[in-house]
Amino acid sequence: MRYYLEFEKPIEELELKIEELRRISDGKDINLSSEVKKLEKKVKDLRTEIFSKLTPWQKTLLARHPDRPYTLDYIPLITEEFVELHGDRRYADDKAVVGGLASMGGNPVVIIGHQKGRGTKERIRRNFGQPHPEGYRKALRLMQLAEKFKRPVITFIDTPGAYPGLGAEERGQAEAIAVNLMEMSRLRVPIISVVIGEGGSGGALALSVGDRLYMLENAVYSVISPEGCAAILLRKEGDLSPEDFSKAADALRLTAGDLLGFRIIDDIIPEPTGGAHRSIEQTAKSISDKILEALEELRPKAPGKLVEERYKRLKRIGSFLGE
Amino acid sequence: MAWFKKTKDIKADKKVKIPEGLWVKCDSCREIIYRKEIDRNLKICPKCNYHFRISARERIKLLVDEGSFVEMDAGLSSDDPLDFRDKISYRDRMEENRVRSGLDEAALYGEATIEGHPVIVVIMDFSFMGGSMGSVVGEKVVRAAEAGIETRRPLITVASSGGARMQEGMFSLMQMARVSAAIGRLTDNGILYLSVLADPTFGGVTASFAMLGDIIIAEPRSLIGFAGPRVIEQTIKQQLPEDFQRAEFLLERGFIDTIVDRKDLKKTVSRIIELLA
Ligand SMILES: [Zn+2]
Repeated sequence: MRYYLEFEKPIEELELKIEELRRISDGKDINLSSEVKKLEKKVKDLRTEIFSKLTPWQKTLLARHPDRPYTLDYIPLITEEFVELHGDRRYADDKAVVGGLASMGGNPVVIIGHQKGRGTKERIRRNFGQPHPEGYRKALRLMQLAEKFKRPVITFIDTPGAYPGLGAEERGQAEAIAVNLMEMSRLRVPIISVVIGEGGSGGALALSVGDRLYMLENAVYSVISPEGCAAILLRKEGDLSPEDFSKAADALRLTAGDLLGFRIIDDIIPEPTGGAHRSIEQTAKSISDKILEALEELRPKAPGKLVEERYKRLKRIGSFLGE
Repeated sequence: MAWFKKTKDIKADKKVKIPEGLWVKCDSCREIIYRKEIDRNLKICPKCNYHFRISARERIKLLVDEGSFVEMDAGLSSDDPLDFRDKISYRDRMEENRVRSGLDEAALYGEATIEGHPVIVVIMDFSFMGGSMGSVVGEKVVRAAEAGIETRRPLITVASSGGARMQEGMFSLMQMARVSAAIGRLTDNGILYLSVLADPTFGGVTASFAMLGDIIIAEPRSLIGFAGPRVIEQTIKQQLPEDFQRAEFLLERGFIDTIVDRKDLKKTVSRIIELLA
């Protein structure tokens, strides 16, 4: 069963109708077949229309779509080999962050990403993609392994945020994130990051400081969720409406287009009409092409130059007046 | 990320300032105390040692040698990159905060001496938009770190912040990466970085430069964390222990070096500089 978001309901209606007609005709009834063709054209146009003018809030919902591909969905499609590695060697193995050694188009790399779960049980096991400190420390361990063996690091970003819980605070959530930000800024191998779904604040940033930052077309990246922003802006809680979230999402400028305009990201990776989940293979191919292209550019750079350019890149991100 | 701002109505706002009047109720021990007694005592509760929030200017008086502070880049101001508005525009909100706090931004930085030791200091002030970090605060921390490298002076930061500034969206978030990268350069250059945490330090400030000190000092009883207490309570659906996210809690868990009373801060910082830098 496909899952449809509220704004996709007209598409759902048509697609169900097409399915029904197909079932009845079984391909034999010529009249029905031509009706199916007509409807297919209609649904394609409708989808193009709806998806060509998604609002920031609709993109946020799409980025969180239950069928949206996650890190572990992409890895088999973009690598020839993958050996998953676990644990931070300090406390635990955080299931909300996955990582390991891989080969991409013949290039040995280290891949790290947030991981959400599909289905209730798996979602809970992955903590809804919200890492604890050990997730960030596991990521750092793998990055330092990559540095030791001169392997580029690829990261996939997809989290509502770092987990706000008792244990997370006790074990130093803030310290774990801060250390990653600092260490990633000076890691002596290329780092390429792709926001594949939700870029939720500091918990997303802690895996995305590097030499290239890309976003999938319908991914979002924000300092705070539209829900959190709306709660602060409207100074009320509990009965916030989708309209409130929509306004907050507009104000936050969290889409790939906004962030490319601000030069905070380097490029947008296109998705199939209807979102990444409509063709994982196609999306994976686009991601893979972009990463390989970036690797070509970054690999010849000497480590010192790479780190220097990374610092300059970061330094220009600010918006202020005065000398 | 969880934003301390969310908890503002409940806990933080009550403590922002010592209320007007001759008598003051301590937020920590709830004793009624004569205001002048608190003022004479560096804004510390004489009954329970709670350190009331102080302004950046007051902090400078307490931390550095008299008359030694020379502010740098005071004129930086935010350019409102998102054209953000809620009930009022971000520009108006900043103006309101400027008038109310007498400050241009939530942090100021410059050079100074501490018992004769030349240093670069960054001081945050919670009274300007909850001490939130946007482009200007980020830029000041970066420039302060670079000034430390250039002049080979130790960098001292005093944090007091609700986290990243929502009104600048991703520009604010990216400041966390920028300042952390700048702090990394201090390490590369062998420059001492000392981070002081004052009440409260949360969100994007804790999760960047505040937690990256070679030495981390906190003021007694100050609240320090990543997610705000109310967000955590809502997530885990249970009440938090009394000492949770207090400086003493962080010391116990191994995340800060020491807790120092306000009256001893200058001396302690000076001693660390002598021993390390
Ligand atoms: Zn008291």
